[in-house]
Amino acid sequence: MDSTTTARAQSVQQQTRQNPQEPALRSEKSSGSRDEARIETPRISIAVDDTRKVRALNVKAAVDNLSFYYGQHRALKNLTIPIADRQVTALIGPSGCGKSTFLRCFNRMHDLQPDTRYEGSITLHPDNLNLVGPGVDPIEVRMRIGMVFQKPNPFPKSVFENVAYGLRLRGVRNRATLAEEVEKALRGAALWDEVKDRLQDSALALSGGQMQRLCIARALATTPEILLFDEPTSALDPIATAKIEELISTLRDQVTVLIVTHNMQQAARVSDYTAFMYLGELIEFDEAAKIFTNPSKKATEDYITGRYG
Amino acid sequence: MSVNPAMAPFLDPNSVKRGLSRRKVLDKVFVIIGLTVMLACLAILAVLFIDLIKDGSERFTWDFFTNFASRRAERAGILAAWVGTTLIMVVTAICAVPVGVAAAIYLEEYAPKNWFTAIIEINVTNLAGVPSIVYGLLALGLFVYEFDLGQSIAAAGLTLALLILPIVIVATRESIRSVPKAIREAAYGLGATRWEVTKDHVLPYSTGGILTGMILGLSRAIGETAPIITIGALSFIAFLPESPFTSEFPFISFGWLNDPFTAMPIQMFNWVSRPDPAFQANAAAAGAILLGMTLMMNAVAIWIRYRFRKKINW
Repeated sequence: MDSTTTARAQSVQQQTRQNPQEPALRSEKSSGSRDEARIETPRISIAVDDTRKVRALNVKAAVDNLSFYYGQHRALKNLTIPIADRQVTALIGPSGCGKSTFLRCFNRMHDLQPDTRYEGSITLHPDNLNLVGPGVDPIEVRMRIGMVFQKPNPFPKSVFENVAYGLRLRGVRNRATLAEEVEKALRGAALWDEVKDRLQDSALALSGGQMQRLCIARALATTPEILLFDEPTSALDPIATAKIEELISTLRDQVTVLIVTHNMQQAARVSDYTAFMYLGELIEFDEAAKIFTNPSKKATEDYITGRYG
Repeated sequence: MSVNPAMAPFLDPNSVKRGLSRRKVLDKVFVIIGLTVMLACLAILAVLFIDLIKDGSERFTWDFFTNFASRRAERAGILAAWVGTTLIMVVTAICAVPVGVAAAIYLEEYAPKNWFTAIIEINVTNLAGVPSIVYGLLALGLFVYEFDLGQSIAAAGLTLALLILPIVIVATRESIRSVPKAIREAAYGLGATRWEVTKDHVLPYSTGGILTGMILGLSRAIGETAPIITIGALSFIAFLPESPFTSEFPFISFGWLNDPFTAMPIQMFNWVSRPDPAFQANAAAAGAILLGMTLMMNAVAIWIRYRFRKKINW
């Protein structure tokens, strides 16, 4: 487990997906009813036993030498990170370190601003599409990669219309299909039971936590290949946060998750892999358990032990 | 923590209390000043309105609305004027709103931010301040002579459309800008194109503000006299424009667009300038009705804004 970032990147890339024994962190998390998880948080334990085996995984997206510029300012510097398929990868680091900027490269949100530029590549597997390639249509990228934002941002439409919007954009007109897919997405976001009787009500009538899960359902409805979370719980209370975290853990079976978080405990709780960034550079990338128990870089250790950030 | 001796008098509880009561007095004084000024404005409007109603009281009859202008004051009515005004407003709204909204959408959502769009923006704002007579002169040269529309309802509607275009553009931009960036990002994030974001989100969520801007623009246009006189509205007219509705297919006719017209403010202007005092009552009555129409349009604008605000609060 002393592998450097690059070595780790390669090992993740080369190995095929088998399912090794579930690490202690994970099994603790999935045990216990929902109520328990809500009231207390016994599943959190940063001090995970480090003897578990290397998870063997496919790479969903390979970030290679990615740099990003706002005008002349170079906000991201030569990032190389593999994003493991159907795993949760967390991005941590102090404010302004470029985590959100990095996340927004994946769905080309920066293209909405003038004078921005990408260098390097993010190769999406299996079809080897370079997400930041100059000839690639950002809208096509956004149709394959979903995003959940920092503040819940449901449309001021009905709950149903919120979830159906992505499907409508794709041309789905059949009412039965829409209803079916909306239900599936709402179930996937653990919101169905709470809103099944108020699908036609305004989404703005929901609570903050419900709104955020609605935004997750909205992104899930179109079956994205990667789901990006940009500090999804920073505007929520602890109970709503716990629900979202639980949800993210279950989402890992269906979709590759990339999450930016300010909260290190959250990264430790939900992620399989963690990248620590500082001033636009990748300092360390490793399994979450390794990063949080035995980081190989001094800067990482200082950050996670709270010396700065 | 040691207290800076210079700060000591300011921290003493008694002096804190005294200072606070003095500050509160200032607070109250401002409330009184503000309230007085506001009530004075309202009072002036109310007096004006009541005075008009009083002067014109004997003229508020059904006949006043259904009679054409006449040489005898008691037989004169505003039929041609209110029909003319209504038709002009229809033309104005149909021309100004789509163009104004489209311009605002372009400037807000599509236009790159550079010196060229900055100049356009400044000029749009400046256009709102151009004297209306200047629009009248422009319209006289452009619509009446160049496009050969003559002294018609179409020319008047287009003139007033030009006049309120900046108002519509500014109000629409304001309204579009109030749609949070997060909502746009949510839609873009799902793979919407710029047009889809605009038509599915930005426009529906800013409809309240757009309609308000449109009505405020129209209520400015309804009272405009100078540009309409400039393009040659008739002040004495004893017939109605061709009816927009016909008994034969296709049931709609656009002949009225080319008809000569008069409008409420013109009718008023005409009556006021007559020596016979009986016509003054007519003018007052017409003025009260025009003011009533404007207030009603504003009320509708407020109601629309209230309804949309209630439905959408960010």
